[in-house]
Amino acid sequence: MAKLYSKKNKTEIVMNPRDETISFILNYSKALRVITHKNMKFESLQN
Amino acid sequence: MQNKLISDATLVSNYIQGDEPSLEILIKRHKQRIFSFIYSKVYDRDVAEDIFQDTFIKVIKTLKRGAYNEEGKFLPWVMRIAHNLVIDYFRKNNRMPKFDNSGEFSIFSVLSCDTLNAEKAIIKEQVESDVRRLIDELPEDQKEVLMMRMYNDMSFKEISERTGVSINTALGRMRYALINMRKVIEKHNIILTN
Repeated sequence: MAKLYSKKNKTEIVMNPRDETISFILNYSKALRVITHKNMKFESLQN
Repeated sequence: MQNKLISDATLVSNYIQGDEPSLEILIKRHKQRIFSFIYSKVYDRDVAEDIFQDTFIKVIKTLKRGAYNEEGKFLPWVMRIAHNLVIDYFRKNNRMPKFDNSGEFSIFSVLSCDTLNAEKAIIKEQVESDVRRLIDELPEDQKEVLMMRMYNDMSFKEISERTGVSINTALGRMRYALINMRKVIEKHNIILTN
C-alpha cells in the first residue's frame, strides 16, 4: 500500500487573551505620553 | 457592525491622532489571530499572555512615537512583532525545553542534588562528631584497628602487619569495636542517621 508522505493539516488553535491582559494594554496606552523635544522623543507614563 | 466598516489603516491613523477607542477596536478585531499564533508557538498560556502584552506595548510605543509607516498592513506588522518576541523568548530560554512538572510524573523524583542543604550538612557534621566521640571511648587496641580500617581504608592484612597481630586478632578487635559502639549507641539512644 502506498505511503502518504503529506502531513496532516494541524487543527488550528483558537484562543483569546484574558480580559485583564486587554485591559492592561488599553490602560497602558491611555497612560503613555510621548513628548517630543528637539528631535528627541521621551516616553512618560502618567497614571 | 459599524466597527467592521472602518479599515485598519483608518483606525491606526485615528489612534495616532489620539483616539484611544480605535486601539480597542483593533485589538478586539485581531486578538484571536495574534494570540492563537503566539500560543501555537509557545504552548504556554501565561507565556503567550506575556508575549501578547509585550507585542501591543511595542505597537503602542511605535504608533505613539510616530515611527509606524503605513506601507505594510497593520496585522502582518503586528504578527511580525509577535513572531520576533517569540524568537526572543526561545533565545532567552536558551533553546532548552521547559519542564513544567505539572503532570503525574515528577522529574524531581528521579533527579536529586548531590550537595547537602544547610540542615543536612549540620546533621552530617553532628553525626560525624558523635561517631568520633564513640570511637574515643573504645579500648585503645580496638580503636586503633577501627581507625585504620574505616578512616585509613587499610586492609586487615595491612592492619595486622602494622599492629604486629594476626589477621584474626585484627578482625576480632574490629568486631568487638563495633559491638561496643552499638552497645553505647543503644544505651544512650544515640541517633546516627542523616
